[in-house]
Amino acid sequence: MVRKVVRGFYSVAHSVKLCRPDVICAYPITPQTEIVENLAQMYANGELGNCRYITAESEFGAASILVGASATGARTFTATCSQGLILMSEVLWNAAGMRLPIVMVIANRSLSAPLSIWNDHQDSMAMRDACIIQVYVENNQEVHDLIPQAYKIAENRDVMLPMMVCMDGYKLTHAYEPVDLLDQETVDAFLPPYDPPIKLTTKDPLTFGCYAPPHCYMEFRVVMQRAMERAKGVMAKVFEEWAKHVGRDWGGLIAQDHMDDAEVAVVAMGSVVGLVREVVEELRNEGKKVGLVKIRSFRPFPTEDVRKAMENVDKIVVFERAISFGHEGPVATDLKAALYGYSDAKVYSFVVGLGGRDIPRSLIKGCVEKVIEGRVEPGCYFEGVKEFEEVIV
Amino acid sequence: MRITLGAVSKPYTALKMKTGDWGTHWPKVDEELCTGCGTCEMYCPDMCIEVVKVGEEDGKEVKKAKVNYDYCKGCGLCAEVCPTNAIKMELKDIYKV
Repeated sequence: MVRKVVRGFYSVAHSVKLCRPDVICAYPITPQTEIVENLAQMYANGELGNCRYITAESEFGAASILVGASATGARTFTATCSQGLILMSEVLWNAAGMRLPIVMVIANRSLSAPLSIWNDHQDSMAMRDACIIQVYVENNQEVHDLIPQAYKIAENRDVMLPMMVCMDGYKLTHAYEPVDLLDQETVDAFLPPYDPPIKLTTKDPLTFGCYAPPHCYMEFRVVMQRAMERAKGVMAKVFEEWAKHVGRDWGGLIAQDHMDDAEVAVVAMGSVVGLVREVVEELRNEGKKVGLVKIRSFRPFPTEDVRKAMENVDKIVVFERAISFGHEGPVATDLKAALYGYSDAKVYSFVVGLGGRDIPRSLIKGCVEKVIEGRVEPGCYFEGVKEFEEVIV
Repeated sequence: MRITLGAVSKPYTALKMKTGDWGTHWPKVDEELCTGCGTCEMYCPDMCIEVVKVGEEDGKEVKKAKVNYDYCKGCGLCAEVCPTNAIKMELKDIYKV
């Protein structure tokens, strides 16, 4: 292992290379592009072995090519975000239903309109219900470590589902960070070659995702829900195994700080967790009983883990990077549903940093203090919004 | 019922993949009412009804409509056009909850 200062793009590409992918296919979209540019360069340099790097005409094409490739038993990779992910969505629902363990990195970016290339979680949240595993990372070391684990989880016979590794666009992708780069031996000892339970060959043609009339469609969906439920156990096991293997423990489906005696839990996902952790430390030093819950796996949702972690808290502050229009922040919705009947804690959801809006430390601290001091009612609020007037033109 | 991983199936032609399971209902012929007129046979878009001889009465052939359930998609045209209302569309058991 060698520590180098690299950008998020390279941190992903290097890790993907070590997983020995068979087919990489992508279409460029900011802020993801340099991930696959790095891989294309490795491919051109002959560093990717027998891997095929295919350039597609669109994200829809890229995802479709990977569905075909994955069905033949290839280990596949793509990266995308925002409009590109939405364009892929029709194919990705199929990939999930066909139980193809495609691993993809989402460089989280906001959705149009208005056009924005900056970071929030709205794009991956839109794919929430597609039966694709979603894990959100905090920094470039975590994403580097997560990719071999993602293949191991997705390709597990009890799971067999696509997996999205969600990293914040710009905030992580473009950031330079010191990263302990893995070596081939470490990854080879952890990740076996993909052994598909069924695969497409020219000699043995198969139909994937065949027609299911009403008398049997529901059963296929039940089976997918079971796979998601089983994924929780598989993920916990793989995360633990990685911690032992490499010595870096990122936690389970959730990670927690100071939750043992916390009265107020602060919940966040993605790169903002680093900042939230610092604010929690600061408040602890001021004697306030605050704890941090970092949600790593959003799908499958860590229902049992959050119930356990939140057992004794009175108030829960959620920092959301997306909004489900007409309702509230999607993390708060799921959290409340998971805690219903298990906890009477009040939930305060703060939607922050949409479309790349800066999230200053003072804003995070201000929100948590407001909740601690009882200056705000439970509910969903936009924070960091300017004074404005709605007009026609 | 067997639910395959990823809804994977072997490809077959209609010789093996009976399209008869596409429909939710199937036609049932009441032989008491069927006069063997052949209207249903003419209208069936899948050539799934044949009027066949089932016996003889007073030296004349007695014919009745027979449905090929392997390929009937349950469109219900036959029941609609039957002049004696001898055909009724019935919900298949696999669709009963």
